[in-house]
Amino acid sequence: MDKPFRRRDLLGIRGLTAAEIKGILDTAESFLEINTREIKKVPTLRGKTVVNLFFENSTRTRTSFELAAKRLSADAVNISVSSSSLAKGETLVDTALNLDAMQPDCIVVRHGSAGVPHQLAKVSQAAVINAGDGANEHPTQALLDAMTIREHKKKIKGLEVAIVGDILHSRVARSNIHLLTKLGAKVKVAGPGTLVPKDFVHLIDAAEIDHGSKAEGQRPLAVCEHVEDAIRGADVVMILRIQRERQDSAYFPTLREYAIHYGLTNERLDLAKKDAIVLHPGPMNRGIEIASEVADSSRSLILDQVKYGVTVRMAVLYLATGGGVTNS
Amino acid sequence: MVDESSLTEKSRIMDGARIKRAISRLASEIVEENHGAKDLYIVGIRRRGVPLAERIAEKIDSLEGVRPLYGIIDITLYRDDLSTVGANPIVNRTELTEDIEGKVIVLVDDVLYTGRTIRAAMDQLMDFGRPRKIQLAVLIDRGREHREVPIQADFVGKVVPTKQTEIIRVMLKEFDDTEGVGIFEKPAE
Repeated sequence: MDKPFRRRDLLGIRGLTAAEIKGILDTAESFLEINTREIKKVPTLRGKTVVNLFFENSTRTRTSFELAAKRLSADAVNISVSSSSLAKGETLVDTALNLDAMQPDCIVVRHGSAGVPHQLAKVSQAAVINAGDGANEHPTQALLDAMTIREHKKKIKGLEVAIVGDILHSRVARSNIHLLTKLGAKVKVAGPGTLVPKDFVHLIDAAEIDHGSKAEGQRPLAVCEHVEDAIRGADVVMILRIQRERQDSAYFPTLREYAIHYGLTNERLDLAKKDAIVLHPGPMNRGIEIASEVADSSRSLILDQVKYGVTVRMAVLYLATGGGVTNS
Repeated sequence: MVDESSLTEKSRIMDGARIKRAISRLASEIVEENHGAKDLYIVGIRRRGVPLAERIAEKIDSLEGVRPLYGIIDITLYRDDLSTVGANPIVNRTELTEDIEGKVIVLVDDVLYTGRTIRAAMDQLMDFGRPRKIQLAVLIDRGREHREVPIQADFVGKVVPTKQTEIIRVMLKEFDDTEGVGIFEKPAE
């Protein structure tokens, strides 16, 4: 049997094939059981070192990667920007080379600028995993979202997924659009006009998914003017976090207005399929992008996403550092 | 991994009927040795140990009227050769739904060769609890001289002395076209 994911680095979903994505998800499914054991640890990555290099704060993602590493018996070290020499003026490449000299097996990196993990991968001997780079990609988030959808819907192909919110600045949206369309889902995005660029339909490679030749309604990615159009008939409603700092940049007038026009309420959710599920990458702003009544309902799978986050990251760490994989 | 299609079969040492009889005998020996099926927990090692374990559990059920507990383990994450096997081996789910504490575990695998798989399986079992006893049942034992760790089987279907250049394949209908055990020759390097 072929192992579909043979890369050393996980820099984004965009460059992966559907088979590679499925391979990661299948591996993650096998890891699920470990997290229900009394002793939640297997010796697989014993002696390997994983460095969590976080230039942006993220307790959730960092903790998730740290737990994933520890449950595979790897040693995890966390470096955050406030306590690192980067604050003292060191360049990224120098930091990478210094880290490399300590011979880690894997570097998990988050940075506010797109492309930093790719730069790091070029100079580092270790496997590099992108934990979010600027507005570019957040591959493990898309993978855990896909796993959540797959566990509940038993498939991804043919599903309709609405992604609502600040699409423009969202790496979560980008990674999800790539992943979901590669696996055969239809994605509809919506949000304030200033945050949902019309030409977003060109995000997915034309060569890969021939959306140009298809009629409007059959394209795998659609940009909707109204939130209601995106949610109507959806199997999955994915709500993005509104970054409060954007409010000052005049993308939308006030948080209150955002909540009224774009927030996910029970009424809006009623437009989706009866068995539709709700996802949110967290941390959520209750009463702004998602109403509490929706967030706390049984249709919301926000805590499942967190649970699957650990298993997906275990799978990614295992695949990136487990065997003598060749770099491709 | 050896490309299985390039192997030539030298001899067929068991057919479906002989496998069936061997499983019946293994099941009887297991209940005889353990004075019944009480506390028995039959655990198959992926992949080919799984259908064998299932058949042994069924046979014990028909002999004793009690169905022993049954589970599956996948040893991939406990292998000691992860950095030498090349690409990442596929990980499959371990399914031990019943508590193993105080139970008599009978590990079941198709072929006992170096013993390293069994070592990994026992390490994994210990992470799930403290069984009262662990026993080992295999369909084929390739002989002590191949062992790389001090592990022997308690119940053996057939001892088949082999050379290192030979490969034993247990074929079961769950995975293969036929039922049987064959000796294959590795192609010359």
